Amino acid sequence: MTNAVEISNVTFRWPSGKTPVLDIPDFSVGTGERLFVSGPSGSGKTTLLNLLGGVTVPDGGAVSVLGTRLDKLSSAQRDSFRADHVGVIFQLFNLVPYLSLVENVLLPCRFSARRSAQAAARDGDPVSAARRLLARMGLPDALLTGRSVTDLSVGQQQRVAAARALIGAPELLIADEPTSALDDDARQSFLDLLFETAATESQTLILVSHDRRMEPMFDRHVSLADLNRAAAPTATA
Amino acid sequence: MKTILHLAFRSLVSRRATVLLSVAAIAVSVTLLLGVERIRTETRNSFSNTISGTDLVVGARSGSIPLLLYSVFRIGNATNNISWQSYRELAADPAVAWTIPLSLGDSHRGFRVLGTNADYFRHFRYARMQNLRFAEGRQFDDVFDAVLGAEVADALGYGIGDEIIIDHGVGRIGFARHTDKPFRVSGILARTGTPVDRTVHVSLGGIEAIHIDWRSGAPVPGLRMDADRVRRMDLQPRAITAFFVGLKSRFATFAVQRKINEYRPEPLLAILPGVALQELWSLMATAERALSAISVFVVATGLIGMMTMLLSGMNERRREMAILRAVGARPAHIFSLFLLEAGFIAALGAMTGLGLLYILLGIAQPLIESTYGLFIAIGAPTQTDMMYLGAVVAAGVLAGLVPAIRAVRLSLADGIIVRS
Repeated sequence: MTNAVEISNVTFRWPSGKTPVLDIPDFSVGTGERLFVSGPSGSGKTTLLNLLGGVTVPDGGAVSVLGTRLDKLSSAQRDSFRADHVGVIFQLFNLVPYLSLVENVLLPCRFSARRSAQAAARDGDPVSAARRLLARMGLPDALLTGRSVTDLSVGQQQRVAAARALIGAPELLIADEPTSALDDDARQSFLDLLFETAATESQTLILVSHDRRMEPMFDRHVSLADLNRAAAPTATA
Repeated sequence: MKTILHLAFRSLVSRRATVLLSVAAIAVSVTLLLGVERIRTETRNSFSNTISGTDLVVGARSGSIPLLLYSVFRIGNATNNISWQSYRELAADPAVAWTIPLSLGDSHRGFRVLGTNADYFRHFRYARMQNLRFAEGRQFDDVFDAVLGAEVADALGYGIGDEIIIDHGVGRIGFARHTDKPFRVSGILARTGTPVDRTVHVSLGGIEAIHIDWRSGAPVPGLRMDADRVRRMDLQPRAITAFFVGLKSRFATFAVQRKINEYRPEPLLAILPGVALQELWSLMATAERALSAISVFVVATGLIGMMTMLLSGMNERRREMAILRAVGARPAHIFSLFLLEAGFIAALGAMTGLGLLYILLGIAQPLIESTYGLFIAIGAPTQTDMMYLGAVVAAGVLAGLVPAIRAVRLSLADGIIVRS
C-alpha cells in the first residue's frame, strides 16, 4: 500500500527570511493512518499544513500527496487537487457566516465536481449527503432549520466543519487544533465522531495540536520539533 | 462562476445595512448625473425651439440678451418703448416682408399678457418653422377678446367665452386690476412647448383700451369709461415694446439690422434671434459644465464610499477567504468575489438612481414647467443615459479592483491557515 503523504528533503523559507522555517528530510503518512502531530507555535505547523494542502510549494524537495507531486503542479492544479482530495478543519471560525449550515457543508461540492459526484453516489444528491453527515455529527434537521451559523455553539460549529471536511469523502483530512476551543466532554465526542466517520471511508487523518492528551487515541505520534530541523533549536514549549 | 455569484449575493445580503447605504450613495449620485444631463439637453432643445423664422427682433436700445429675454421668453421687463411712428416707418422698409408688434407690461394671474395683432398668428413660428395652431376657438376680433396659450387655459381652467380680468403690471398678485374692462376668451392655442403656452394674447387696441383712463400706472380719479364707450374710440397705440421682423430675403438681414441700429429718431436695437440664443446659451454653458463636473465628482464620491466599505470589511473576512481557499477556491475566485460584489453594488446603485430620476422627474416636471416654462419630456432612457449608467457600473467594477487585489494578496499570504 502506498503512503498518503510522502515528504522528502523539503525546505521552505519566507520570501523575506534568510533562515528556513521548514527543513524536513523525511516524513510519510500511511493510507488510512491516524497521525497525531504535536508542536508548539513557531515549529512550522502552519507552513506544513499549507504545504500539504497545496497552498504553498517548497523551495526545494518533494511533496507527494496521494501519489501526486504537488510541487510539480501549477497553482490552479493544486487548488483543484485540494478541492478534490483534501478536507480541512480549522481551530475556530470554520464557517462562512452568511451561508446556511447546509450550504457551508456543501461548499466543497461547489468547487469540486468529483466530491459532488461522490457525495451524490453515496446519498443520492449532495444536499442529502450534507444532511446525513450533519445528523451523524449530532446535528439533526430539526436542530438546523432556521438557525444561523452564528447561533451555534463553538462545539456545534466544529461539528459542522467536520461534516464539511468529510463530504464527498476526500482521501486526506487535515485538522488544525480542531478541539482547542472545546471542553473535555465535547472534545471527546467530537473526536469519536470524526474517527468513526473517517474510518468508514478509510480516510487518512492528520491532526495537529499541542494538546498531548489526545495522543493515545491515534495510531502514531510525531513531534514537529523532531521532524523539522529548522524549528528544533529555537522552539519553545 | 455560479458559485461565486451565489456567494457574492449572499455575502451582500448578509451585510445589507451597509450595502444599502453604499447603494443609496451611488443611486443619489447617479440621479444627479442623469438629472443634470436631462435638464441640460431639454433646456437646450426648449431653447432653440422657442423661435424660428424670425430674422430680427427689435426693441429699445439695451443689451441683446435682455431684449431676447423679454420679447421671446417673456422674462423681465423692457427698459423703454418704441414709438408707434418709428415702428410704422421701419415696418414700411421695402426689404421687410412682415412684422409682429409686441406690447408687454400687464399680466393675468401671473401669466404675461401680450398685446399684438393678427400677424402674430399668421407669421410667428417656433421649433422647425411651425405655425401657431388653434386648439379651440379663433383669434381675437373684438377689442376685448383674448387668446390663451395652452398652459394658461390648463392651469386656470378656462374655456371659450370665459371672462378674464387683466392685472396691471406683472406681479404675481396684481394689486391694481382692470376690473372695469373684462376680456372674453375667444380662442385657445395648441400646446407648443414654448413661452407662447404661458401667454395671454390680446389685440394692441385692447392694451390701449384698458389703459385709456389710466395715467402713470394708476386709474385717473373721476375719469372712468365703460367698455362700450372705449370701443368707439380711436385705439391707435402710441407705443409698443418690441417687434419681430421677417425679411423678404435673408441676404438683407445685416443691411436692415444696421439701418435699425442707426435709426436717428430714437435709439433702437435689432438682434438676430439665433445669434442672441447662442449668446444666452454660452452664458449658461459655464454653469452647465460646472454642474456636470460636480455630478461626476459626486459619483466618484459614491464609488469611493463603496470601496471604503469593501476595504474596511476585509480583515473580518480573512477567515472567510481562508475557508474558501481550503475548500478549493482559487485566488481568481476570491478576486471575482470582490469584483462581483462591487459590480453588484454599482449596478444596483445605477438602476436605483435611474428609478429615482423618473420619480423625481414625475414630481418636478409640472413644477419646472410652471415655474420656468421649461417642458421636460419624460421618455425612455436615452442612449446617453445608458452610456452614463454603463460608465458608472464600469467605474464601480474598476473601484472594486482595489479591494479585490487586496483580498487576493491577503489570501495568498494567509493560505488556508490563518494565524490566530
